[in-house]
Amino acid sequence: MAGRRGHTMDPRRIRRIIIEQSHRVHVGHIGCALSVADLIAALYGGVLRIDDPDDADRDRFVMSKGHAALALYAALYLKGWLTQRQLDTFCADGTLLGVHPEEALTGVDFATGSLGHGLSIAAGSALAARLQGSRRRAFALLSDAECNEGSVWEAAMFSAHHRLSNLVAVIDLNGQQALGHTKDVLDLSPLANRWREFGWNVIEEDAVESGSAERIAARLNEIDTSTGPPTVLIAKTRFGKGVSFMEDRIKWHYWPMSDDEYTQALLELDAS
Amino acid sequence: MRKAFIAALVELAEQDPRIVFLTGDLGYLAVEPFAERFPKRFYNVGVAEQNMMGLATGLAEGGMIPFVYSIAPFAILRPYEFFRNGPVQHRLPVRVVGVGGGFEYGPNGFSHYALEDIALMRAQPGVTVVVPADHVQAGNALRVTAGLPGPVYFRLGKDDKTTVPDLNGRFYLGRAQLVVPGDDLLFVALGTAVQQAVAAANVLETHGIDAAIALVDNLTDAHPENLTGLLARYGCVITVEAHYLNGGVGSLVCEIVATEGLDCRVVRCGVARLESGVSGSEAYMLDQHGLSASKLVEKALSVVGST
Repeated sequence: MAGRRGHTMDPRRIRRIIIEQSHRVHVGHIGCALSVADLIAALYGGVLRIDDPDDADRDRFVMSKGHAALALYAALYLKGWLTQRQLDTFCADGTLLGVHPEEALTGVDFATGSLGHGLSIAAGSALAARLQGSRRRAFALLSDAECNEGSVWEAAMFSAHHRLSNLVAVIDLNGQQALGHTKDVLDLSPLANRWREFGWNVIEEDAVESGSAERIAARLNEIDTSTGPPTVLIAKTRFGKGVSFMEDRIKWHYWPMSDDEYTQALLELDAS
Repeated sequence: MRKAFIAALVELAEQDPRIVFLTGDLGYLAVEPFAERFPKRFYNVGVAEQNMMGLATGLAEGGMIPFVYSIAPFAILRPYEFFRNGPVQHRLPVRVVGVGGGFEYGPNGFSHYALEDIALMRAQPGVTVVVPADHVQAGNALRVTAGLPGPVYFRLGKDDKTTVPDLNGRFYLGRAQLVVPGDDLLFVALGTAVQQAVAAANVLETHGIDAAIALVDNLTDAHPENLTGLLARYGCVITVEAHYLNGGVGSLVCEIVATEGLDCRVVRCGVARLESGVSGSEAYMLDQHGLSASKLVEKALSVVGST
């Protein structure tokens, strides 16, 4: 439980695993995974109360933006719940570590991959805890463009109406989606105000500068999850963060790396 | 059927604190007994079926047994992907209660008809589809399926009075039931359609035709274990269902006949295609689509006369 007070997971290690694994199997979704590395490091390093991934009374985590699952796999590996051998089956034939997470894999609470499901599921987890008199909490990590989905707002209304104080949404506000910038595709702004008007406690935090994981963890740990409305932490992130030629570039939503790009990416990560 | 089902559910919930009830703002004069007895386990989630199914997924993973309730197409079609990626993929004990099979919402029209629910739910692995034939069986089916570890879909009718003669609520998981014996042909009826089949069989008797009736009241992605044996005893089978022709009991019977190599003629009675925009009472719609007792008699006479 050391992680509950201080942040203990290095986001640079998550980024390195993302780069190594996605190059090894020549797949994309790299920029999205790099974007959430600090958020995942915060959650798994210092926020989620999970002594054992099989403990029925553990906090629940829903990777609602399932296409960034590689960042989650990296965290599960760093927690010691996945072996190196398992991690190295990423995208192999017969693997449980596909591009999107499957609950059959130890440490994954819910399978995702279709956007707009995760907040409802996390709200159900939070409601189950309330009905059972448990203090466990539910966290969901959403992409910003995921808020295009109407079901996100159905869940937002329900959770606020029933004051699910043990529910925390984290939004990866990197300003990009598959085919363009969110402000051009379907403008989300003013995102914080929208959540506030829906009755949520809203925290905004910058996750671009160094030391973001510690700050995010600290802000999440300040939340009163025993009373009051549900909370959303809107984290300003940088798509492709840590690899200069990927940062804020739409093509790295789907594009895999060449060998030269891989070498360059590792050099930059090592220098950071 | 709804009242009997809710009454049985209240009894179950007395014993099982895991049961929680979610409704998409429907169930007036039906769900109140549960809401009044267990106000802390009753949630009207509002008109938001996707969220309702997502909530049920999180609740069930957390150890609860959620019942999600709405008119059948709203319970299934709007949140179908949530159902597939949630309770089905995670193999969770979520109970989907869809009210109004086939044309039961008569004058409410197309949006309220459930004509593909059986096809969609049976297509999903590990889902048990329950189609009670009357209200007595609805309560018993709920009790029999209470312990199933995976998802269950209940297609509930609105009729709280009519009963199938001699059925007495019997319900057997994984099996069809021969509710009327006979030698000349076999009706295979889905849920409440058995009532039209019974009425048709009574008329056929006056024509000297001895029709048997098998009731299909539950299905999974596997075939009912005794249906092959039943079909093998008849040269002529007529399937009856308030459902599209494709994907329901007619399709199921054809699958069995083909894969088991049975020497049996199958005639499917069901809904081929709706006349756009046309609605009417349930009885009218059933008749229009060849599913009234009199239309079934005509069909049976033409089939028997031609063999």
